[in-house]
Amino acid sequence: MLNLALSISFVMVGLAILLSFIRLIIGPNTPDRILALDTLYINSIALLILLGINLQSALYFEAALLIALMGFMGTLALSKYLLRGDIME
Amino acid sequence: MILQRLFPHPLLTMILWGIWLLLNNTISPGHIVLGAVLAIFIPWLTSSYWPEKITIRHPWMLVLYVLRVLFEILVANAVVAKLILGPQKNLKPGFLNYELKLTSPVGIGLLANTISLTPGTVSCDLSKDRRFLLIHALHIDDVEAIKAEIHRKFEKPLLEIFVTC
Amino acid sequence: MLEWILAILILIGAFFTLVGSIGLYKLSDFYMRLHGPTKASTLGVGAILIASAIHFSFKTEGVSLHEILVTLFLFITAPVSAHLMAKAAIHIKVKQVERTRQLEK
Repeated sequence: MLNLALSISFVMVGLAILLSFIRLIIGPNTPDRILALDTLYINSIALLILLGINLQSALYFEAALLIALMGFMGTLALSKYLLRGDIME
Repeated sequence: MILQRLFPHPLLTMILWGIWLLLNNTISPGHIVLGAVLAIFIPWLTSSYWPEKITIRHPWMLVLYVLRVLFEILVANAVVAKLILGPQKNLKPGFLNYELKLTSPVGIGLLANTISLTPGTVSCDLSKDRRFLLIHALHIDDVEAIKAEIHRKFEKPLLEIFVTC
Repeated sequence: MLEWILAILILIGAFFTLVGSIGLYKLSDFYMRLHGPTKASTLGVGAILIASAIHFSFKTEGVSLHEILVTLFLFITAPVSAHLMAKAAIHIKVKQVERTRQLEK
């Protein structure tokens, strides 16, 4: 049961990553691309956690935590860049 | 007095301690002590970055508020999923200006966060005098209804929780 | 029983993650696209993380609560990044769909 649900979920989250990747490529402007990157990292967290459940390993959690922290920082830095023209004040 | 110098932000201390224990996923004595040391020293060293004091009048109401927001998130997600999967032509997006009655900065921050997470709205900008919140809504039927809902569900409890400073 | 709960939580999570990305792909202007990822994706990942917490709490000795931390972190940061992105988009005047309702003056 769990394996079936996991397989379906892998496909769904993979599709989600594909869709945000398409948005990242077609744009049309910079905030759209930032948003696509933001969604991409959130989706990749979901994929990693699913992989962790599938492989019965809690190690992947650390990677997910790091992706969450770094992804948030990246989104902040990119948005600040658009707002001010430079990243650090 | 000395207690206040030692713990400039008791709430922050508690939260940091809890996060340290969660992060290590253990409640062994060593980590409890290490976490407590970190939780005391970090607010102490960074207290100059936190000028205003956060006062919460009813801690239980804050817990109730968080539970309520979690429930609203579930409801709002069903609504948003329906809007996204439905035909796009029927969507009437738009901006609206929400006049804030809250004055405490933490309260405004919390309200903006809840607005973004809940009913089909995203907070976009706060005016310089902190009186208006610019909100983008995915689908607007009645502007006044959305404003009234935000006020009734979220702003009123927050007004009672955070004392104006 | 536990397997069923886990399976349902995982499927709900994957569904909402997918809905968020469908919103990102399909909606017609930036401000509307912003809604999908901030709400649906956050809840979806939250559900998957909670499923993982339950799974590891029962599989291994002791409770595994650190997934809650990531969930909490996502729920706090998603609105903040959405707010900043919207602010940046307004700042550089990203085009809106024509039927967007404008502010009352």
